[in-house]
Amino acid sequence: MAELLQYLFAGLTSGAIYALAGLGFAIIYNASHVINFAQGEFIMIGGMTTATLAAAGVPVPLAALAAMAVTMLVGVALEKFAIEPARDSDVVTIIIITIGASIFLRGAAQVVWDKEFHALAPFSGETPIRVLGATLMPQSLWVVGVAMAMIAGLWWFFNRTLFGKAMLATSFNRLAAQLMGIGVKKVLLVSFALSAALGAVGGIVVTPIAFTNYEAGIMLGLKGFSAAVLGGLGNGMGAVVGGLIVGIAEALGAGYVSSAYKDAIAFVIILVVLFFMPNGLFGKKGVDRV
Amino acid sequence: MRDLMRWGAAAFAALGFASLASGNALAAEPVRIGAFLAVTGPASFLGEPEKKTLEMYVDRLNKQGGVQGRKIELTVYDDGGAPDKAATFAKRLIQSDNVDIIIGGTTTGTSMAAIKIVEPAGVPFISLAGGIDIIEPVKKWVFKTPHTDRMAAEKVFADLHKRGLTKVALISENAGFGKSGHDQSLKVAGNYGIEIVADEVYSPKDPDVTAQLTKIKNTPGVQAIFNFGFGQGPAIVTKNTKQLGITQPLYQSHGVASKDYIRLSGDAADGVRLPAAGLVIADQLAATDPQKPVVSAFKADYETAFKSEVSTFAGHAYDGLQIALSAIMRAGSSDKAKVRDEIEKTSGYVGTGGIVSMSPTDHMGLNLSAFHMVEIVKGDWKMVD
Repeated sequence: MAELLQYLFAGLTSGAIYALAGLGFAIIYNASHVINFAQGEFIMIGGMTTATLAAAGVPVPLAALAAMAVTMLVGVALEKFAIEPARDSDVVTIIIITIGASIFLRGAAQVVWDKEFHALAPFSGETPIRVLGATLMPQSLWVVGVAMAMIAGLWWFFNRTLFGKAMLATSFNRLAAQLMGIGVKKVLLVSFALSAALGAVGGIVVTPIAFTNYEAGIMLGLKGFSAAVLGGLGNGMGAVVGGLIVGIAEALGAGYVSSAYKDAIAFVIILVVLFFMPNGLFGKKGVDRV
Repeated sequence: MRDLMRWGAAAFAALGFASLASGNALAAEPVRIGAFLAVTGPASFLGEPEKKTLEMYVDRLNKQGGVQGRKIELTVYDDGGAPDKAATFAKRLIQSDNVDIIIGGTTTGTSMAAIKIVEPAGVPFISLAGGIDIIEPVKKWVFKTPHTDRMAAEKVFADLHKRGLTKVALISENAGFGKSGHDQSLKVAGNYGIEIVADEVYSPKDPDVTAQLTKIKNTPGVQAIFNFGFGQGPAIVTKNTKQLGITQPLYQSHGVASKDYIRLSGDAADGVRLPAAGLVIADQLAATDPQKPVVSAFKADYETAFKSEVSTFAGHAYDGLQIALSAIMRAGSSDKAKVRDEIEKTSGYVGTGGIVSMSPTDHMGLNLSAFHMVEIVKGDWKMVD
């Protein structure tokens, strides 16, 4: 029993991290149907900025705010200088641009920072919480909590605010939205700023567990993308459920089968789910007019 | 400044005779040293210090008149850790840069790729990577300076044997360094009467390994845990071990012998043991240790020039350059075959990695005495033996 619980906790920790990374994909996807492969780099920049500022003696809450501001600036600059000039191109072209941007940001991080790993002290100490013989670090709860808060925030934004609704409208039909007086250019810009900020928050809460370096965005982006696809792209709840499924499958696989196959087990689950539900667990059925 | 003068004096003494003999410094062809290193990419934290070290010492030697009155010309290519690129650069170094000797191959993969090029071409090659495959079986033109993963495993098992701990759980990274270390550990465990009772792996970027450690915790009879890997993985293993309240001693490999590991793991690193080269604990070496002056001077040189902590990887590059240059001096020319023979005759060279004595059957020349067992006590290294 304690063993199973420990595996579940291990899965919860990694799963919540994947979920948090997956959430960031939702906003930009909703606004433009673009999958932003530089999302992992937003997470990295958030984590790196906070870790460096905290190491320099800045209080963590202040460092976190500064990191969000820096990451938002990067997001806005990315949209202005790379995405906007190509706005009339295919979605696929823009996706490729984001891949290029992610490589660029990784390179820039090597120059701005260094190639070392950076750590951040856990927010609520390092005393493990004991439950029925299993242990969980308080920081894992922070990650879960922040992911939950983000879903709530996203839901409120897309369903209750005018701007969020305008964003959804733009994603459904750009031309119609424009004719209704929605500034579609601004929508895309804001979506990058917002998802950059979300990514930064993710990076800040994840760094105390997994550390960060200039390459940290690759793994987070990849696992986050898997989580988002599994849950249904553009659906916040889906990303979280997807992330938890991947994380828990890995932990149970490592615990009960073999740690050598844990990644394969997670991938098999993703493939099986997508085979029967191509739009993911919570995804809406996509309709394309031919 | 004092270090610089000491270095200058040493270099002068070594080069003095030769430069007098060869006379005219300007007319001589330069000694061409080629290097391909992983300056960028995942192994860049190894490759970058290697490059800086080579450049710093070549520059310094040139200011002092070079080798035997000949300037040294260093060509460094960045292979990004990719074996195919490494092979291309090795070819370019040989065919268009006409180098006399090649240093490099930050990783075992890039070194192995270059071996296919340098062996038929007949160019002396000193690798800076750890894998034992590079020099075993012995290849005519190939040498290496770093310790092997097998030596690290042997050092750890010898220490466990001494403490009377025989049942060991192995947890290793399932790629590159960790994988090779894992295989070597399994191979040599028996020689020290060690039984591997659990064998777990994790991916290099996993944020959590408590599942694997729980399995180890529940394996009956585990007396110690040995982790083979580098980067953030070992730090996460260390933290998770503490989280689960595992009390058995934890051993790490030489892959984490840097202050970074202690910084990342925090308190959890207390009591962890690992094998480390003399360079890591330069200030703790006995005054009589022949390595003491060498590692202290190198550490001071590196840390004043680059304002960052010296790493063993930088030391490997330093050793490679020294072995190459002294072989060239002894050969009296940069004739490739003669230089190769002289490298093989390297004997009693005191480097940052240990005391190197090569032979036709041993192209690395280090033994277990090159490693010291260290324990982490209150966030610092403490030499155990």
